[in-house]
Amino acid sequence: MKLIFEKSVPGRHCDLLPKCDVEKVELPEELRRETAPALPELSEVDLARHYTELNHRVHGVNCGFYPLGSCTMKYNPRIDEDLAALPGFAGIHPLAGAENVKGCRQVLDTTAKYLCEITGMEGMTFQPAAGAHGEFTGVLLIKQYHQKRGDTARRKIIVPDSAHGTNPATAAMCGFEVVNIPSAPDGCVDLEALKAVLGEDTAGLMLTNPNTVGLFDQNILEITRLVHEAGGLCYYDGANLNAVMGVVRPGDMGFDCIHMNLHKTFATPHGGGGPGACAVGCKGFLREFLPASALMDEPGHIQVRAFAGNFLVVVRALAYLLTLGKEGIPEAAQNAVLNANYLMRKIQGTFEPAFDRICMHEFVLDLSEYKKETGVSALDVAKSLIDYGMHPPTMYFPMIVHEALMLEPTETESMETLDWAAEIFRALYALGKTDPEFMHKAPHQAQIARPDEVRAARQPVLRWQKG
Amino acid sequence: MNYPIELQYSRDHEWLRMEDGVAVIGISDFAQSELGDVVFVNLPQEGDETVAGEAFGDVESVKAVSDLVCPVTGTVCAVNEELLDAPEKLNEDPYGTWIIKVENVTDTEELLTAEQYEAECTH
Amino acid sequence: MSYVPSTPAQRQEMLQAVGVRDFRELYRDVPEEMLLDRELDLPSAMSELEVSRTVSAMAAKNTLFPTILRGAGAYDHYIPALVKSVPAKEEFLTAYTPYQAEMSQGVLQSIFEYQTMICELTGMEVSNASVYDGATAAAEAAAMCRDRKRRVTLISGAVHPDAVNTVRTYCFGTGDELRVVPTKDGKTDPEALKEMLTPDVASFIVQQPNFFGQLEDCDALGQLTHAAGAMFVMSCNPISLGVLKTPRDCGADVAVGEGQPLGLPLGFGGPYLGFMATTQKHMRKLPGRIVGETVDAKGQRAYVLSLQAREQHIRREKASSNICSNEALCALTASVYLACMGPAGLREAAEQCMAKSHYLMRGLTALEGVKLVYPGPFFHEFVTTLPKQTEVLAALEQNGILGGLPVEGGVLWCATEKQSRAELDKAIAVVKEVLAK
Repeated sequence: MKLIFEKSVPGRHCDLLPKCDVEKVELPEELRRETAPALPELSEVDLARHYTELNHRVHGVNCGFYPLGSCTMKYNPRIDEDLAALPGFAGIHPLAGAENVKGCRQVLDTTAKYLCEITGMEGMTFQPAAGAHGEFTGVLLIKQYHQKRGDTARRKIIVPDSAHGTNPATAAMCGFEVVNIPSAPDGCVDLEALKAVLGEDTAGLMLTNPNTVGLFDQNILEITRLVHEAGGLCYYDGANLNAVMGVVRPGDMGFDCIHMNLHKTFATPHGGGGPGACAVGCKGFLREFLPASALMDEPGHIQVRAFAGNFLVVVRALAYLLTLGKEGIPEAAQNAVLNANYLMRKIQGTFEPAFDRICMHEFVLDLSEYKKETGVSALDVAKSLIDYGMHPPTMYFPMIVHEALMLEPTETESMETLDWAAEIFRALYALGKTDPEFMHKAPHQAQIARPDEVRAARQPVLRWQKG
Repeated sequence: MNYPIELQYSRDHEWLRMEDGVAVIGISDFAQSELGDVVFVNLPQEGDETVAGEAFGDVESVKAVSDLVCPVTGTVCAVNEELLDAPEKLNEDPYGTWIIKVENVTDTEELLTAEQYEAECTH
Repeated sequence: MSYVPSTPAQRQEMLQAVGVRDFRELYRDVPEEMLLDRELDLPSAMSELEVSRTVSAMAAKNTLFPTILRGAGAYDHYIPALVKSVPAKEEFLTAYTPYQAEMSQGVLQSIFEYQTMICELTGMEVSNASVYDGATAAAEAAAMCRDRKRRVTLISGAVHPDAVNTVRTYCFGTGDELRVVPTKDGKTDPEALKEMLTPDVASFIVQQPNFFGQLEDCDALGQLTHAAGAMFVMSCNPISLGVLKTPRDCGADVAVGEGQPLGLPLGFGGPYLGFMATTQKHMRKLPGRIVGETVDAKGQRAYVLSLQAREQHIRREKASSNICSNEALCALTASVYLACMGPAGLREAAEQCMAKSHYLMRGLTALEGVKLVYPGPFFHEFVTTLPKQTEVLAALEQNGILGGLPVEGGVLWCATEKQSRAELDKAIAVVKEVLAK
C-alpha cells in the first residue's frame, strides 16, 4: 500500500482551528524556519481511510490467538479504555497542584496498595514507563542502598544466561559488571554456579521466577538466602508474574525489589510496542531510594522520567484489578497455568516440549530434533502459523534452548481456541515431514512474503524521501 | 571450507598474516559462514591499542553480534573502512578482506596453523 | 470476573487432560511453605458497572479546568477528533511489538511514516521509533554521545527540571558526570558554557524554547559546543518547529523532545512520547527500535524492525540502552496529529501559540506590579512577577482557570492555540480584580 506521503495532494487540508482572534507576532528572522516540513497534505476522509487501511494490516489480541511467550498477550478489557479516557483523568495537568489532583493520587495510592499486597512489597512507584525502565529503576535502588552504606566494592550483578536481554543491559546501564552464570539444564539457577560467583563484590542478583523456560525454581528460598548472606540484594523481574499472582508472592520468595509490567500481567494494551507502564515495588528498607519528580515532589531523589509515569495506563490497571478482585487474581494465574499445560499436552507427541514436566504459564518447544530430521526450523513453523491467522510464539528464546518456540496462551483463551491451536501445530508437524519446501517459503497468504532483512540492515532506508 | 596454508589462525576464528612487522587481521571462512550475512562491522580507530585475546570491534548479522578478538597486542595502524559500506565482502572473500592492521606488536596469542585450525573447526 | 472464558466443566476436563487433580497440583514446584495460605487483602471482584462507578468517582475528585494557562512540560493543545479515534482502533491498540513483519505491516508502516515526519520536523536524517518521554530522550542522547575519552555531559540550567534530574539519574547509573551550565537572564550563559567545554565533555544539551519559555541562541551555543569537539543536543518543542529554525539548521547532532503536544492528552503526565533523531553519521548509536524499508521474497515493498544488532535482546550487557517497549501508540497518535495538521496547520498552530501567549503577556504586564522577568523573545511561555501570587492563582482556579506555575522569580505562564481571546481576557480580568483589592 502507498505511504501517507505518496497520497499527499498540495493544498489539501483539514479545517481544525478557528481564525486567530488576536494579533499575530513575528519571530526574529534568525530564529525562523526556512522551509516547511514536508508533512502530508490530506483531507480528513483521506486520513481516515489511510489509517483504517493500515489498521487492517495489524494483528492484535482482538484479531486472534497471540501466544507470544513472555509477553502475556491477554485480552485487554474495553472498560479499562473507557475509564482511562475520562476527562477527569485525561484532562488533568501533572502540575495542577495537590488540591486539584486528589483523584489521580487516589488511583496511584490504591493501585500501589493492591500491588504491594499481591507482591509482598512495602513501597511502590509508577514512574518507570516500561519493563526495562523498571529494571533500571529497581537496580538503581540496589545501587543507592549499597552506596549509602558505603559498601562501594559491590560492583557485580549476577544474571543467569537464560535471562531476558534487558537484565544484563540494565545492569550495565547502572554501572555494574554483569556476571553471567550458566543455568542448570532445566533453566533453573545452578546453585553451585551461583555460590562460585557470590562474594563481597556481589551487589545483587536479577531473576525471573517462573524462569524464562516457564518453570518455577524450587530452590528459590535457598537462592535468595545465599545472595543475602553474601550481602547482595535480590531483584525480581516480574515479566512472568502472571503465573503466580495471588498464589505465591515474590516478597515471600525473598526478593527485595521487583518490577511489574502493567501491560502484561495487568491487561493494559501494548499498542504495537508501547506505551507500557511499570510498577516497581520494594521492601521497606529501600523505600527511601524510590524515584520522584523534581517538579512534583521534593528534591533529592533519583528520577527516571518526567512527572509521575504513564498514569493513564495505571488507571487501566486499576480498573482491571478492581474487576478481578481478590478472587479473580489467583483465578487468572491458575487458568494461565492450566491453559499452558493443556496446550503443551495437546501438542505433545508431535513437537516436544524442552522440559517434559508441569510448566507454569508458558512452555518452550524444542524443534532441534525435528529440524535435523526434516530441515524445517522453528522459524519455518512460526511463519507457517501466520497463514492460519495465529500470531507466532516467541522464537529462538531463551537462548539455552536451540530451535525454541515459546508459547504463552494466557488465561483469556478458551478451550476451543487451544484445541484449534493444537490442531494447527499437529498439522504443521505432519506437513513438515512431507513438504518442507512449502514451509521454508511460508507464509503464503500473509500481507507480505518473508522480508529481506539482510538488505534492510545493509542498505538502511529509514525514512521516506520524495522520489 | 577454505583454510589457506600461508595464514595463521586464532581459536576465535581470526586469521593473521605478518607483513613487514605489521599484523594484518581478518576473519576466517568458517567464521563468516557461522555468522551468516554480515550486515555491519564496528571498527576501531587508527591509533587504538589492541590487547591479545580482547575484542577490538564486532560484526553484526541480522540477529546476532560477535566480537572480533584481536590475536595480538599492539597499535591499530590501518582500518579497512571499505567494510563500512560493503560488509558483505567478509562473506564473499574472507581471506581477501582484511579488517585491521596492527603495528608495534608486543604480544601474540598462541596461533594455529591452517592444518591445526581446520582440525579445530571440523572437530 | 477474570476474563477466563472456560467453564468450570471445561476446567475440570482440562485438568484431567493435563493429568492433575486440581489447581494446587499445577503448582507442585512451589514449596508448600511459600504458598499464600490466605485470600489477598483486596476488595471482592466487581461487575463492570461497579468498576465504572468506582473509578469514575476517583476521576470526579480531580478538578478539570476549562482553561489551562500552565505548561512547564505538559501542554494543553486542541486534539482533533480523528487523532483520538485512530489509536483507539482495536488492532493498533492490542498488538504487541511488530516482531513478525508478515502480520504487522500496518504497525511497521505507521512507524516508518512517524520516523519520516520526525525527520521532516527536526531536519535530521534518522529517527527512531520513540522512547519513553522527552526527559529520557535527553538522557539517551547523552549516553549515545559518550565515548571512551569523552564522558562528561553538560546540560543547560534552563532545561526542564525533571529532564535535568532524569539525565542526572542516568549519569549516576553509568557513573558519569553531569554538569549544569548556569543561566543568565533566563537563558544559557554562553560565557559559562565556553569555560565548561573541557576536552572530556561529550555533549551539551539545551532546550528550545527553554523551561522559562525563552528562545535560546542555539546557533551560537552549537558553534561553541562543536568548537570544543563535543556533540550538540537540542531538546525541542515539536509544535514550535512549525515556525522555529530546525535543530539541524542550528547544527544539532541529536534532536530530541517531548512529543506530548502532538495530540496526546495531559493525562496527569503520561503516557507521553520521547522523540529522538540524529544524523546519518550517528545512526548506529541511536537507541531503541528503528523500522526500515526493504523488499519481500516476491520483490514487493515491505517494512521490518531493522538494525536490531544495536539492541539489548542481541547485544545484552553491551547494548547502549536497555530500552525494549517504547511509546508506539503515542508515536502513531503524533503521526495522525501531524498528518491532520499538515504543514500549513502546524504552522498555524505554532503562530497562534505565539499570538495568544503574547496577548496574555501584554494583558498581564499592563497590570500594576506584573512585570516580564526575562527580556528575550519567547514562544508560548513566559515568566512574570506576580504580587499576591497565592490569592491570584486561587481566584483563577475558582473561575475555572488553571493559572501559571509558580517558579523561582515569579510565575511561568503558557497559552496555546486552544484558548480563545475571551478566555484570556477573563483570566486577565480575574488577575486585575485580585490585584486591585
